[in-house]
Order: sequence, then C-alpha cells, then structure tokens
Amino acid sequence: MEILVLSILAIVVVGSALGLIMTERPVYAALFLILNFATVAIFYMMLGAPFIAMTQVTVYAGAIMVLFLFVIMLLGTEKVDMKEPLRGQRFLAAAAGFVLLVETAVLAISVNGVFSKISQLPADYGSPRQLGILLFRDNILPLMIISVLLLTATIGAVVLSRHQLKSGGLTIEEKREKRS
Amino acid sequence: MPVTFFLVLSAIMFVIGFLGVLKRRHVILVFMCLELMFNSANLVFVTFASYYHDINAQLFVFFVMAVAAAEVAVGLALMVAIFRTKKSIDVDLMSSLKG
Repeated sequence: MEILVLSILAIVVVGSALGLIMTERPVYAALFLILNFATVAIFYMMLGAPFIAMTQVTVYAGAIMVLFLFVIMLLGTEKVDMKEPLRGQRFLAAAAGFVLLVETAVLAISVNGVFSKISQLPADYGSPRQLGILLFRDNILPLMIISVLLLTATIGAVVLSRHQLKSGGLTIEEKREKRS
Repeated sequence: MPVTFFLVLSAIMFVIGFLGVLKRRHVILVFMCLELMFNSANLVFVTFASYYHDINAQLFVFFVMAVAAAEVAVGLALMVAIFRTKKSIDVDLMSSLKG
C-alpha cells in the first residue's frame, strides 16, 4: 500500500522533471518545477521532516519560483531552444546522462545496508523546536555566516540591477533633482 | 519505506536536471534545472537524516536552501543586467569570455 503511494508520487516527480527539461515555454517550465517542489515536500513530510517540508514550500515554491516568474516576465517569454549549432551534442549529453544515472543507481544499490527500511522515528523528530535548538545552540556560527551571506546577496542583487550610464550621463535621481 | 527508493529517485532527478542544464539555451531554464539538482541533493540529505536518526542532516538542508535562495537572487540580477546590454537570453551568445 505504501509503495503504491510512493510510486505515484515518484511518477509525478519524474514526470514534472521531464516536463521541465522538454517544454518550450519558460512559464510552463516554471509551473512544472513548482509541481516538482510540492511533491518533494510531500516526500519530506513522509520522511519525518515536517519543518523542512514547510520551508521547501515557503522558500523554494513560494519565493524562489515567484522570483523566477518575475524575471521571465521581464526577459520575455520567447522560445529560444532552436536548432543546436553543433550537431550531435544533445545526443552525447543524453548518453552521458544515462551513463551517470546507471553508475549512481549501481552505487546506491551496492552499498551495504541501504535496502533496509527506515525504522520508527521518535515523535518529536524534525520538529521546529528540535531544529531550532540545534540551530541556535550548537550551530550558531553557521547561522551568523548564512545571515551575512543573505545580506551580501541582497546588496549584490540591488547593485547589479541598477541602471548603468554612459559616461557623462546623470543618474535617474540626479535627473529628477535637476528637473525639480 | 525503503531507502534505496529515495536514493534512486534523487539520482534520476539529478540526472534530469543535469541534462536540462546541458540541453537548454534559455538562461532562466538553465537556472531552474540547477534548482532541480539542488533539490535532489536535499532529498538524499533528508533520507539519510531519517535513516540514521541524525537531525544534523536536516539542518544542512536548511543551509542548502538558504544558500540556493541567495544564489538565485544574485544570478537573476546578473541575468537582468546581461539582458539589458545584450538584448538576448541565449546562452550560446554569452561567450565573450571564451579564449
């Protein structure tokens, strides 16, 4: 029974991933990826990680994909994937990907002990309280580093998207001041 | 719930994302396939967190998500800046650093 639910969800995950790489329209690709994230969040909940599942839906599907959709809207939704100039490259990429997949599957199956099932987890496992204690008591330094990283990313995003001028021009603020 | 199932599923997701990065010429779609690869790594982390009853792996997933969000923000700002000068979103045309 459980393997049936897992198989259906796995088909949805793989199907949406294939849809992501094969569709021509960027907006459809973004929607396929949102479906993928939501299904992987269901997997996280089944694996005893409810906080990570909620974080996945909020951060990945809620913030990152919305950002992607905004930028797709800005950059235009034209279809770019026309003929590849170098012939045979895509077939080689598919072959290399298949080899990687077979290697990874063989490795995953041949390691001792990974056939076993996951034993019963304690009741409080993966709760925000437990993760919060771990984050703020034992891993406070990585948390501070992550906060500096996010600040740097915000400043970088603002700086990178400012309007660049030819030399001798005025910024928008200076033009507005000059006009008033 | 067999562990191998999740490992093979995340391997499949990783390879599909990898093929998408190689195949796609629209730069935003390349970023989205990168996010798919991040997700497959997160799935492996959470699987082993529940198999070995070690909660530190879930914490690492949290950090991976934060870093991925920062990277997406900066990468998309970069793409907007490049689009302003080149007026194109084709990855094959962004080759002015080629030796």
